[in-house]
Amino acid sequence: MSDAPPAGRKTGRRGGVSAFFASKRRLRLGLLLAPPMTWLVVVYLGSIVAMFVSAFWTVDSFTENVVHQFSTVNFHTVFTEPLYRKIALRTLGIALAVTAIDVLVAFPLAFYMSVVASRRLRNLLVVAVLTPLWASYLVKAFAWRTLFAPDGPIGWVTGGHGPDYGKATLVVTLAYMWLPYMVIPIYAGFERMPKSLFEASADLGAGAVRTVRAIVLPLVFPAIAAGSIFTFSLTLGDYIAVGIVGGKTQLIANVISEDVVLNQPLAATVALIPLVAIVLYLVAMRRTGALENV
Amino acid sequence: MRTKRSRRMPTALVAASLLAVGVLAACSSSGGSSGTQGRNVPDVPMATSVGKGEGELNLIVWAGYAEKQWVKPFEDKTGCQVNVKIGNTSDEMVSLMKTGQYDGVSASGDATLRLIYGGDVAPVNTDLVPNYATVSDFLKDGNWNSVNGQMYGIPHGWGANLLMWNPAKVKGNLDSWSAVFDKSSDYAGKVTAYDSPIYIADAALYLMKTQPDLGIKDPYSLTEKQLDAAVGLLKDQNKNVSEYWALYTKEVQAFNQGTSVVGTTWQVIANVINGGSKATVKTVLPKEGATGWSDTWMISSQAKHPNCMYKWMDWIITPKANAQVAEYFGEAPAQTKACDQTVDKKFCDTYSALDADFASRIHYWTTPQTQCVDGSGDNCTDYAEWTQKWQEVKG
Repeated sequence: MSDAPPAGRKTGRRGGVSAFFASKRRLRLGLLLAPPMTWLVVVYLGSIVAMFVSAFWTVDSFTENVVHQFSTVNFHTVFTEPLYRKIALRTLGIALAVTAIDVLVAFPLAFYMSVVASRRLRNLLVVAVLTPLWASYLVKAFAWRTLFAPDGPIGWVTGGHGPDYGKATLVVTLAYMWLPYMVIPIYAGFERMPKSLFEASADLGAGAVRTVRAIVLPLVFPAIAAGSIFTFSLTLGDYIAVGIVGGKTQLIANVISEDVVLNQPLAATVALIPLVAIVLYLVAMRRTGALENV
Repeated sequence: MRTKRSRRMPTALVAASLLAVGVLAACSSSGGSSGTQGRNVPDVPMATSVGKGEGELNLIVWAGYAEKQWVKPFEDKTGCQVNVKIGNTSDEMVSLMKTGQYDGVSASGDATLRLIYGGDVAPVNTDLVPNYATVSDFLKDGNWNSVNGQMYGIPHGWGANLLMWNPAKVKGNLDSWSAVFDKSSDYAGKVTAYDSPIYIADAALYLMKTQPDLGIKDPYSLTEKQLDAAVGLLKDQNKNVSEYWALYTKEVQAFNQGTSVVGTTWQVIANVINGGSKATVKTVLPKEGATGWSDTWMISSQAKHPNCMYKWMDWIITPKANAQVAEYFGEAPAQTKACDQTVDKKFCDTYSALDADFASRIHYWTTPQTQCVDGSGDNCTDYAEWTQKWQEVKG
């Protein structure tokens, strides 16, 4: 949202169109923002509001037709059934585990890319990190299914003692899927950091650990937080990889996708859980300054 | 990068809310309780003639019901281009039919009544379907495909859910569902089951035979206590389950990879696995009997290509096409004359296709209702409750 150029600029010749708009600041702004705002308000926010409204409806338990009558029964179900609490907590746990693994992998990698690697190697690494994003999501998920198969590479290396499809395989797969979304912000964070700080820190006698703790982490933390927003929210919404490598594990999005078929209003209510979780997460991350790094 | 934050967002939100509420309020409303008791079938007009094909046909089918061997000749003959959407469960089919974007569906008995009473399908004028005359009589005017003597579809075929296992990993010949229930711990982490609330009936059927004191008479008419017993059995099973399948390709893959070695299946899945080279499987109809399906082609009340749909409903029960689909899927054909057309001449004997008595021993999928579907009372659990329990089973 940068400022518009001053209306009375006199340099150069103007075309008829720009001359027309030159003095009409509001019209200009309106035309500029109308398409994106229509998209945001009508399509995006509109669908969320529609979902929120339908959360107060019910279905006919026999024909599954939606009954348009106000009722809070879905909220009662979601809050009182221990099942939903259990699945919500499991989902949060997996989202946090995926985020933690991605931070642990991405931090040293981004550090190496930005600070240590030669220019040529750095470019190669950036390409290498981004390349998986070009491959289809399903291809990657099924690739991991094959990797974890009993007669697959991991089973072979471990002598048949690899993990069965379940939470562990799911966490690994999702951590792999979302890794680029963590590496790139942290890498950008390192890029913004003046490299002279390393020398200054060393000159003042700080070791590597102290430098990371006192200089690097505070400066790069907003970037880590920014990356975590992606890994966290993407995990909260995933149900396809769960079905492919998660064995019988259910996450909140699986319950939603099942309820969409059987009981759409209940699905809308359950869908509010990850929505609230991610809003809370965004609010928490905003305090770290992460939102300016996304 | 500090810029002045916009204070306009609340206005935008309010505007969006008003818009959404307005749109939603414009939708019609309906009401009702559980079950067919005291319900009226919505008044949906029935076709009186079949005209020229509209050139297109959008179908929701069970996997294996629309293969090119019999779809291509239909397209050539009628000019109706067939677009196929596979439904993995009855629930998915009902949900897809409600979109109004499809002309017809191959509905199982646990979807048919929901569709009829939901006003999603139209009654079928069987006079316009010449091949209907020679369909097995025990499939006509059933309580799952007709209401008040009016047919709501054309019977397609029927069969049983089978027990499948990989003989390379499972010792001996199985003949009981106990392999996936009481004795599932023998195959810990390698058991699979069908991912739909209707699978509760499989557990109920097993309890019906093994625990007579529970008093289960029909696996779709369960009291609260009987449902809890079935759910308990399924929760025990869950400990030994590797994966549930709804997508049939998922079960194919699980058996090929060896992550599942025993579980419930359809014959077509076993055929696909044995047709490949990665694994060999056996199937059996266990001694406790089995749940099963009796499928009906139904026409959408919002069909955009009704003529093509009528032509399809007649085509799929022509002796040749019905024989092809029955052999491909592994089920008994509805068309009596199909038995002369099968490649395997003993096919109809194998599937007891013409045996009404045998057909009556399969417990066909039907939608559980509070008014017990076997007519034993009004204290049964309905499908909505089964749905919730099924999610609990999976945890």
